[in-house]
Amino acid sequence: MYGWTGKILRVNLSARSVSVEGLCPEIAENYLGARGLGTKILYDELKPGVDPLGPDNKIIFATGPLTGTAATSAGRYNVVTKSPLTGFIAASNSGGYFPAELKYAGFDAIIVEGAADEPVYIWVHNGKAEIRPAKHVWGKNTAETTDILVAETDPDAKVACIGPAGEKLVLFACVVNDKGRAAGRSGVGAVMGSKNLKAIVVRGTGDVKVADPAKFREAVLAAFKKIKESPVTSQGLPTYGTAVLVNVINQHGAFPTRNFQTGVFEGAEKISGETLAATLLVRKRACFGCPIACGRPSAVRSGKYKGEGEGPEYETIWALGAACGVDNLEAVTKANYLCNELGLDPISMGSTIACAMELYEKGYLPKSATDIPLRFGDADAVVEATRKTGYREGVGDLLAKGSYRLAAEFGHPELSMSAKKQEYPAYDPRGVKGIGLNYATSNRGGCHVRGYTISPEILGVPEKIDPLSKDGKAAWVKAFQDVTALVDSVGMCLFTTFALGAPDVASLLEPATGIPFPTEKAVLAGERIWNLERLFNLREGLTKADDALAPRLLTEPMPEGPAAGQVVELAEMLADYYAARGWSEDGKPSAETLERLGLAV
Amino acid sequence: MEKVLLVEHEKCTACRICELVCSAKHAGSFNPAKARITVAAFLEDNFFFPLTCQHCEEPLCQDVCPTGAISRHPETAAVVIDDAKCIGCRMCQAACPFGAIAYSPSEDKVVKCDLCGGEPECVLFCPWDAIKYVKADDAALRRRKAVGEKLRKALQEVKL
Repeated sequence: MYGWTGKILRVNLSARSVSVEGLCPEIAENYLGARGLGTKILYDELKPGVDPLGPDNKIIFATGPLTGTAATSAGRYNVVTKSPLTGFIAASNSGGYFPAELKYAGFDAIIVEGAADEPVYIWVHNGKAEIRPAKHVWGKNTAETTDILVAETDPDAKVACIGPAGEKLVLFACVVNDKGRAAGRSGVGAVMGSKNLKAIVVRGTGDVKVADPAKFREAVLAAFKKIKESPVTSQGLPTYGTAVLVNVINQHGAFPTRNFQTGVFEGAEKISGETLAATLLVRKRACFGCPIACGRPSAVRSGKYKGEGEGPEYETIWALGAACGVDNLEAVTKANYLCNELGLDPISMGSTIACAMELYEKGYLPKSATDIPLRFGDADAVVEATRKTGYREGVGDLLAKGSYRLAAEFGHPELSMSAKKQEYPAYDPRGVKGIGLNYATSNRGGCHVRGYTISPEILGVPEKIDPLSKDGKAAWVKAFQDVTALVDSVGMCLFTTFALGAPDVASLLEPATGIPFPTEKAVLAGERIWNLERLFNLREGLTKADDALAPRLLTEPMPEGPAAGQVVELAEMLADYYAARGWSEDGKPSAETLERLGLAV
Repeated sequence: MEKVLLVEHEKCTACRICELVCSAKHAGSFNPAKARITVAAFLEDNFFFPLTCQHCEEPLCQDVCPTGAISRHPETAAVVIDDAKCIGCRMCQAACPFGAIAYSPSEDKVVKCDLCGGEPECVLFCPWDAIKYVKADDAALRRRKAVGEKLRKALQEVKL
């Protein structure tokens, strides 16, 4: 095979066995890799209704056919499993160096099943794999773990691991690779923790070959040119990182503040990408094979928030900042370092703290239930609550369940800003309607990177549409969700889509794999993957009632700013969306749709 | 006038695209292990430096080669290996102060940067112009010395 290595590693931690299997060419062509391949494997192999944190769940680490090639920003992989946070599918995406190294080590994917009876890690090296003891790194943070495991394997090894949060089954624990990059969402780190799997360490010197090197090279050159011509990918992201959005989204009145009580944050300028670049940013850094370089190595040089690491990203600045009413960039950065080190998803972390703060201020969360006061604007409380959550100490044990379970426990689930129990990211849908429909329909729960309609609604890419209108949004959401599934599944970064479209992805995929991929076929693969995720969720008991948003967004008009007076007209958009998808009125793919996508049983 | 590879490491983002396109051009596959250029990335220190053959004025590799397989290319001035004369003794690899020469098991030969015959692939693809192919005039030489000094300091720090 070209593009793919054609090999999958299967590790059974209960049986302590490793085996190598071939990748079925038909599955590869229909589901590509990474998110799509992981979903296909999970759908085929997982029994419905298993406990996400039990030994029957499986966790899949999958690269795409373009991962490890020079295709634009193609250094990515997905961690796919059944989420302990949502109970539905999880597919969390990360870059850094680890994904390409896995490919050079000879594998498209690693399937981990069962559970070890004591802490272990998996060492994968040039087509071979072994299960090794990890007692000596259990309890260590992700940076310490990475250093120790590199020292005992290979100086050029790359590590994906969990921190204390994953070990302690925090429901939004992430998997951190290369110390500062994370498969962040849906609690994939807790699934590793439940299996006593501390880390996967990879090193490889093998080839990734493409079918038509000359044609592939031309396609890469063309893609690079477009990346350099787009203001977003050639200037905005490299100069300011994703945090370039803080001022932009705030100016649109869609920067969720104090648990989505308003969309305008008075302290935005203090935590903006511009401020970050002028104060804490050390230099820009890229993931493997990426010409954009949005990575933010940063440092807080002195004071009580002193530290070094990567980030913060836009979503993090929002979650640990504005969502909690905090305008102290150093504190936000410190809390972000803690998320990286302890292995926490900063979006769910910040939003859960914000939810707890609203519960606390309204008297629903009694003072006796928390060992630290939780008031909006208290920077120290955010840092301390983050640390406590990583270790499940004190109030951290409550926060570790995520905002939905927390709010429900204290009688006010409506104050959790989440969809399918996963916290929303940093855009208030009352000011950007399409993203609200995307939150409600995202297969992995509240999420912006399933269908980033911020692109047309705010940034005007590929064309500007009215963020406050509900009309036509269903078609945009569907189109973005399908193309995103394609991009995620080939192993490229979603950020390339500010400059590249599906035809560009197809133009890379075809010479890489040697399989004809006209644009329509590539996009259809994205739609197929989306629908298979939906089928997985339906099998797990999802109903139309799960395609929902918090009541606040539907009934409480935005109090101020450019989106003042707005609510999300979800019911109308949702009906349009089901129709656009070829689903029934209760949200199930019709027989014709399944037939068209090759998903009919 | 001869041209040289000019590395401006401050512009490097450690994306390693140079390694990818180098291996594709010379070895026919994407594989950093086969690249003739490597980004020495000290991530903790945020120090990234693409390292390859310096095509030295007085190449030690050429001096130690027992079969005279290493010479300067008449057009590009690149220090190149004649595969027909090379016996694979790897003395050149031992002599090179930059680690720029390697024995590639899969290709079964000693390999190094050859400036792609005058059109370096790494230069074409580097997104930030951190690697340029420029005339070796005085300005470039000064730049090389300045960069060399920074590299020396950084390496000393790393050793500490």
